[in-house]
Amino acid sequence: MDKGGDDALVKIRNLTFARNSRPILDGVDIDIPRGKVTAIMGPSGTGKTTLLGLIGGQLSPQQGTVVVDGQNVADLSRNGLYLLRRRLGMMFQSGALFTDLSVFENVAFPLREHTKLPEELIYDLVLMKLHAVGLRGARDLMPTELSGGMARRVALARAIALDPMMIMYDEPFTGQDPITVAVILKLIRQLNDNLGLTSIIVSHDVQEVASISDCVYLLSSGKVVAQGSPEHLYSSESAWAQQFLNAQPDGPVPFHYPASDYQADLLD
Amino acid sequence: MLNFFQSLGKRGLNFFERLGRANIFIFRVIAGMPGLMLQPRLIVQQLYSVGVLSIQIIAISGLTVGMVLGLQMYTTLVDFGAEDSLGPVVALALVRELGPVLAALLFAGRAGSALTAEIGLMKATEQLSGMEMMAVDPLKRVVAPRFLAGVISLPLLAAIFSAVGILGSYFVGIGLLGVDSGAFWSQMQSKVDFNEDILNGFIKTVAFGFVATWIAVFEGYDAVPTTEGVSRATTRTVVNTAFAVLGLDFVLTALMFGGV
Repeated sequence: MDKGGDDALVKIRNLTFARNSRPILDGVDIDIPRGKVTAIMGPSGTGKTTLLGLIGGQLSPQQGTVVVDGQNVADLSRNGLYLLRRRLGMMFQSGALFTDLSVFENVAFPLREHTKLPEELIYDLVLMKLHAVGLRGARDLMPTELSGGMARRVALARAIALDPMMIMYDEPFTGQDPITVAVILKLIRQLNDNLGLTSIIVSHDVQEVASISDCVYLLSSGKVVAQGSPEHLYSSESAWAQQFLNAQPDGPVPFHYPASDYQADLLD
Repeated sequence: MLNFFQSLGKRGLNFFERLGRANIFIFRVIAGMPGLMLQPRLIVQQLYSVGVLSIQIIAISGLTVGMVLGLQMYTTLVDFGAEDSLGPVVALALVRELGPVLAALLFAGRAGSALTAEIGLMKATEQLSGMEMMAVDPLKRVVAPRFLAGVISLPLLAAIFSAVGILGSYFVGIGLLGVDSGAFWSQMQSKVDFNEDILNGFIKTVAFGFVATWIAVFEGYDAVPTTEGVSRATTRTVVNTAFAVLGLDFVLTALMFGGV
């Protein structure tokens, strides 16, 4: 399972996490290869977003390790963690833009907080980042004036403001129209290749994500049930992979919530 | 019966757990203060939204409370022919008690609830998580300036409340009821002591400002990040602040004026 070898930017081993004694992740092993786009897919509630929280050090695992660029996240001091996070970008499901700041100021925020660059340079940098996501013209708008797709693109510009080594996308396509989905997909792939990033996409939009991913992990009930390149998964025999990729309502993930025998229940 | 004790115990544990978290929280906020001095712009912004925007409700309430107080006190004092004491009576009531307490309660309703809702919604919309992932500590960047602004604002607001209240009672007493203006001010000057009354009242407002803002920012930060959670947290801010301020007022009054 060490196929990522030293090329893995993130190495996750035997990761276990429970919330209020409800297991969310249960002995997960994942390698995120450098320079690639890796997708973490699976049904809702399987701990995909939790996984990102563990990689970013917002949550601590009960067991197992998350090693990012050679550093075990759980062992880092607060300062160490903050230094690591400066090299990570994250795009939240909602965009998480600061509603009291304009688009320009949102993208400038990490630069102002972490650098002492002169105002002219910040101006140029912000415009470059906004241009990369096609929203240079929207710099003066407030987040409330943006459509959902635009908000996510601004969030993306903000995530790359400090030129991170890796970006994590939390459900970037949820509730977006097809054009926006296509735009975000293109941006994820383009930014990854042009800026030499490593990307992790957490999503359940199978076809879309598979089309730009180099590597896919399928999670279900807190475990990795299938992994490999998208082509590999499509042709795999795994019942999990087949149910999920072909959107079958019943299979290893049952249609019915666990219940007693139907006939017995009715006649009771 | 067993269930009753069980739930009582659970409530007790929850209470102390939250109290513990609130304490750790405020220590971390205060520890973030020195860095804040490098960004005075953040404090000024919050002084405006927490303090300046509360002036209107504080001033209007102070005016009406002063007017009513003037009227009520006059009707009692005039029976003893002591209406010339209206000035000191109203001033003492306002500076020692009503100014600090009512300003704190109004502050909780106007600024405290807004702080809780703002921070709670920032949490619910992942803005605080976003900040953390950008390696910016929300306690330093978001909570500390708001907390400091609250602690600075309330004493000033209470001073405005008392001052406007005294003016209100002046208008009623001198303008409507015919109390002597000279006696009103000169008696007030001689009976109200700076250390005993004004300074003690000021100390109260600082304590109330600390507690009221602490509750407001903590409730926001600790809110369950949903619409319902934020709404509950906002209610809790107003209710808990009222209890805390009134309880604390009794303790402080006993220590300052009660000879305890």
